[in-house]
Amino acid sequence: MTDNYENTLQRICKHLERIADPGAIIRADTNLVDEFALDSVKILDLIMEIEDEFDISIPLNLMADVQLVSDLARMIERIESEK
Amino acid sequence: MNLFDKFTTFIADKEPLLAIKPEIFGTPIEKMYSPTEASIGGRRILLAGTNNYLGLTFAPECLAAAHQAIDEEGTGTTGSRMANGNYTGHRELEREFAEFYGCKHAVVFSTGYQANLGTISGLAGAADVLLIDAHCHASIYDGCRLSGAEIIRFRHNDTTDLEKRLRRLGDRTGSTLVIVEGIYSMLGDQAPLSAMVEVKKSYGAYMLIDEAHSLGVLGKTGQGLVEAAGVTNNVDFITGTFSKSLGSIGGYCVSNHRELDIMRYLSRPYIFTASPSPSNIASARAALRLLKDGEHLRKRLWENANRLYSCMQEQGYRLGPQVGPVISAQLETTEQALALWTALIERGIYVNLIFPPAAPHDKPLVRCSLSAAHTPEQIEYLCSTFTDLASLARPLSQ
Repeated sequence: MTDNYENTLQRICKHLERIADPGAIIRADTNLVDEFALDSVKILDLIMEIEDEFDISIPLNLMADVQLVSDLARMIERIESEK
Repeated sequence: MNLFDKFTTFIADKEPLLAIKPEIFGTPIEKMYSPTEASIGGRRILLAGTNNYLGLTFAPECLAAAHQAIDEEGTGTTGSRMANGNYTGHRELEREFAEFYGCKHAVVFSTGYQANLGTISGLAGAADVLLIDAHCHASIYDGCRLSGAEIIRFRHNDTTDLEKRLRRLGDRTGSTLVIVEGIYSMLGDQAPLSAMVEVKKSYGAYMLIDEAHSLGVLGKTGQGLVEAAGVTNNVDFITGTFSKSLGSIGGYCVSNHRELDIMRYLSRPYIFTASPSPSNIASARAALRLLKDGEHLRKRLWENANRLYSCMQEQGYRLGPQVGPVISAQLETTEQALALWTALIERGIYVNLIFPPAAPHDKPLVRCSLSAAHTPEQIEYLCSTFTDLASLARPLSQ
C-alpha cells in the first residue's frame, strides 16, 4: 500500500470515529454497512464531510460498491487521481 | 439466505407500529365528508394531513367536469399516451399547462411520481451528471437511478455547497442537471431559488424544479416558487403533480426546450404505462382554471398556515425553518412521535407520522398540511389541541 493510501485511510477514519460508538476502533477492514448502516441519512451526510476533506464529489452510484473502509479509501484515491 | 428474510427483519422491526389502531401507515379512511373531514375508526376526524392545499377535491366545477368526462369518454383510456391513450383532453391539458407557465412545451404523465421519473430518466443518460438537493423526494432519487447518470447530492438548500460541487465537475457542467424542489415535503421549507439559478447559470448547467407542493401555493397565479422568485423563464424544466393542489392524479413537465417533446419517445415511464383516465384529466383542467384565479384561496391558505405555525412555535414545538402549509414538528424518539400522533387522533385530528430515513436529521416528524378549505374554527381547534399536547413534544432532557 502507498503512503498516499495510508494517509487517505487515516483521514477517513478520523471522520468515521466521530459517529462510531465510543471506544470503537475503525480500521481498513471495518464494514461500513454493518457498523454504520451505510444506507442511512447519517452516513450519507458524513460522506459529504469526507468529500469536503478531499475536495471531491463521490457519486451516489459508486457508494453501492463500498462495503469496507478500505473500499472507500480506494475509491477516493481513484477519484482524486482523475481530477 | 431466503427471498423473504428481509420481510422477517422488517416485520420484527416494525411490528409494534403495525399493530396500532387506527393504522398509522395507510390509515383506513371509511368515508369522506368534505376536503377537511372524514370518518376514521368510525369517528368524524378533522383532516390536517392531506395535500389538498386549495381544497378543490369537492369543487362543483371539478366534480361536474369529471362526471361529464366519464359519461362521454368512459372510465379509463386502457392504453399509453404513445398508443391508444392520447385523448384530446390530455393534449389540451398540455397546451393549458404550457400557456399557464408561458412555456413552449408541456408533457402530461400518469402520476406526479412518474413525471419526475420520466422527465429525469428521459433527459439524462450515462454520460450526464444529476446534482440533487439532499432532501429531494424519492421520485427524484428513483428517476436519477433509472437514468444511469452520475448522481451527486449537495447539502440541503446550501447554495455554497451547490457552487462548490459544480466547480468540482470542471468541464462537465454543460451536461449537468441541478434538481431542487419549490417546497420540500418533509419540513415545508423553500429552495433559495434566485441564488441557485444564478449559480447554475454561471456554470452553464441546467435546472429542474419540482413544484409538487408549491403549485397553487406560491406565486400570484399559483405557478409555484418559480413565480414567487421571479425566475420562471430561467429554470429549464418545471415538474409537478395534479394530486395536491389540483385534487386529481397525474403529473406534468413544462419547458422551453424543444427536447422535452422529443423526450416522449425516450422516456420509459411515459411510454410504458396507461395514460390518466378522462375524469382525472377533466377535473385537473377545471382545477387549473380555479387555481390560476385562486388568489383568495392562497390568501386563506397562508392565513391558516401563519396562524398554526406561530401557535405551535409559541408552544415550543420544533418546526421547520419556514412558515408554509406544510408544518412539521420534529420529535426526538419514535415513542414520543407515536404518543403525540395517538393523542391527536383521540382528539379527532389526523396528521401524518413520518419516520427516518424519510424524515431528515434522523428524527421522526408529526406533519400537518393545511388547506384553504380549513375554516377558522377548525384552525383554532388545531391550535388549542396542539397547545394542550405541547408537553408531549418537549425535548426529553427538559
